[in-house]
Amino acid sequence: MANIISGVAASPGIAIAKAFRYINTPYIPQQKTITDAIAEAGRFRQAIEQSKIEIEEIRLKTEQRLGAQKAEIFEAHLFLLEDPDLIDSVLDKVKDEQASAEYALYEVTAAVVEMLLELDNEMVRERAADVKDVSGRLMSHLLGKPYASLSGISEETIILAEDLTPSDTAQLDLNVILGFVTEIGSRTSHSAIMARSLEIPAIVGAGAASAAVADGALVIMDATEGKVIVDPSEEVLAEYREKKKQYDERKVQLKRLARQPSVTADGEHLELAANIGSVEDLNKVLENGADGVGLFRTEFLYMGRSSLPTEEEQFQIYKHVLEKLGGKRVVIRTLDIGGDKELPYLELAKESNPFLGLRALRLCLTREDLFRTQLRALLRASVFGKLNIMFPMIAVLSELREAKRILEEERVKLQQEGIPVSDLIEVGMMIEIPAAAIGADYFAKEVDFFSIGTNDLIQYTMAADRMNESVAYLYQPYHPSILRLVRMVIKAAERAGIWSGMCGEMAGDQTAIPLLLGMGLNEFSMSAGSVLPARELIGKLSKQEWASLSEEALGMSTQEEVQQFVKQRRPL
Amino acid sequence: MLSQTYTVIHPSGFHARPSKLFVQAATEFPCSVKLIKGTKKVNGKSSLGLLTLGLANGDEVTLEVDGEREEEALQTLGAMLTKIYEE
Repeated sequence: MANIISGVAASPGIAIAKAFRYINTPYIPQQKTITDAIAEAGRFRQAIEQSKIEIEEIRLKTEQRLGAQKAEIFEAHLFLLEDPDLIDSVLDKVKDEQASAEYALYEVTAAVVEMLLELDNEMVRERAADVKDVSGRLMSHLLGKPYASLSGISEETIILAEDLTPSDTAQLDLNVILGFVTEIGSRTSHSAIMARSLEIPAIVGAGAASAAVADGALVIMDATEGKVIVDPSEEVLAEYREKKKQYDERKVQLKRLARQPSVTADGEHLELAANIGSVEDLNKVLENGADGVGLFRTEFLYMGRSSLPTEEEQFQIYKHVLEKLGGKRVVIRTLDIGGDKELPYLELAKESNPFLGLRALRLCLTREDLFRTQLRALLRASVFGKLNIMFPMIAVLSELREAKRILEEERVKLQQEGIPVSDLIEVGMMIEIPAAAIGADYFAKEVDFFSIGTNDLIQYTMAADRMNESVAYLYQPYHPSILRLVRMVIKAAERAGIWSGMCGEMAGDQTAIPLLLGMGLNEFSMSAGSVLPARELIGKLSKQEWASLSEEALGMSTQEEVQQFVKQRRPL
Repeated sequence: MLSQTYTVIHPSGFHARPSKLFVQAATEFPCSVKLIKGTKKVNGKSSLGLLTLGLANGDEVTLEVDGEREEEALQTLGAMLTKIYEE
């Protein structure tokens, strides 16, 4: 009888193999009094030295296999073995309480682990795994027993364990270990992170049910959905074999795309960039092979804190992002706050119509102090990569000119202070207000690029709050009126010889992409996960063909007609 | 004794790599190095101590140095607290 266990899908993939129950539960020593404290301290020091040698070996192997970054965790382990707080606490217990080294070690590390698990910080709670791992290894040396390891496995298996230590995951033999399921843990657990970098399927937090799976039972793990099927029927097995085959093929295909340029079937090069909201999003951007960052929302820098971020803090963050992208374009949008996004410490007045109120650049122009701080940080960071600065929420030329004037003033000031600023910064604006879209021709003469923010452009054009469910039907990205506005912007950019991009949801939408390509959009910025499917799609599209097809679509009168039309014409 | 308060800006918080580099640098100084967050005060020369402080992105932390070369320690270690590290 098949039995289904569910957990958290921590690293995607599908594996089918026999289960192997791995037992690595820590040893809990009895309280024991010793007589020779000096000898006991010596035993402890010896266990430390032996553990150091082993960990150094693992560190070296991990470095060769997975690179220096993944090996760093073992440097942290070596560090713990030299930690004055840890060693002194154990030695004090041995000396003052005549505790055995085993018991002293257990008491000290258990207290640390407990303290870590109580913290309101997931990252730190996960570090408890390191303390447990090191303490387990020390314990094995004190006891003169080998530390639990997965090295003896010789046939294809799926590991089931309470949890895997860093030492375990670093030494997984991927020829025989096809995936693992743990009882505890979350997506940010060490074992989950390792599984993703090793690219093997992993399900974590599967609970006690997974402990009941018999050793040697046939299991299917579907880590795309977080499901473990124990003793499947022939039918289910056949279904999953097929699913696995398709999944693996698709993965290879998308991976290949991650290293390829974004080119249409007729040879037109485009930029497929990613939107980011924080520095944490960068890894996804790089993994998915995005051509750059098309929108860096800087709001997160200002939110969840009690005072404004300093110039230095901002500089460090912008510099980091630019360096990470290694010369690829990074469009950083200046602060878009106010209205519905509140910052209590700014003490802004309540507004009855926040989306039409004092937000984004409008706010920055009335609070020049905070605007200038951000601009200085951006200018200083500009020498570390390809920086583009973008101003949001511009309706009229005077706003753009004022923002540019302030930017120029700060540039001159920095240069006078002897601080280098790049000459290659491009300055652009977001087009999200219909007045700016209609006036794109005169704006185009004064900026280096446009980026169309469709989420707001749609709500302002339709006069429909996108958060209001009762008018949700008016959120129509493919409506000919919206598409015509978008075309006006792209054509104005073309005529002025500047590039045009889009950074709303629409830019990564499989129905919108053919039309946008046909209208001549140069840059598409989307969530990182949409980049590869978008690259795959444009590789099948001819820009020339869609230039005329999009004209046809723009002549229609409803969103439904447009959608229908694209679906019929778009290659599968 | 000298002390100053800083805001952590490393996105994933002050753990793993930042904490390792900090402890390494702190150990080089003869003066005592303490870190304080809220009511908790730990030894800045211990990675375990730093770990139990649980410094997250955006947290405020006070650095307290006392003894020989304390000025230099405050400057070097303070800069390390408010910086983004390559990961």
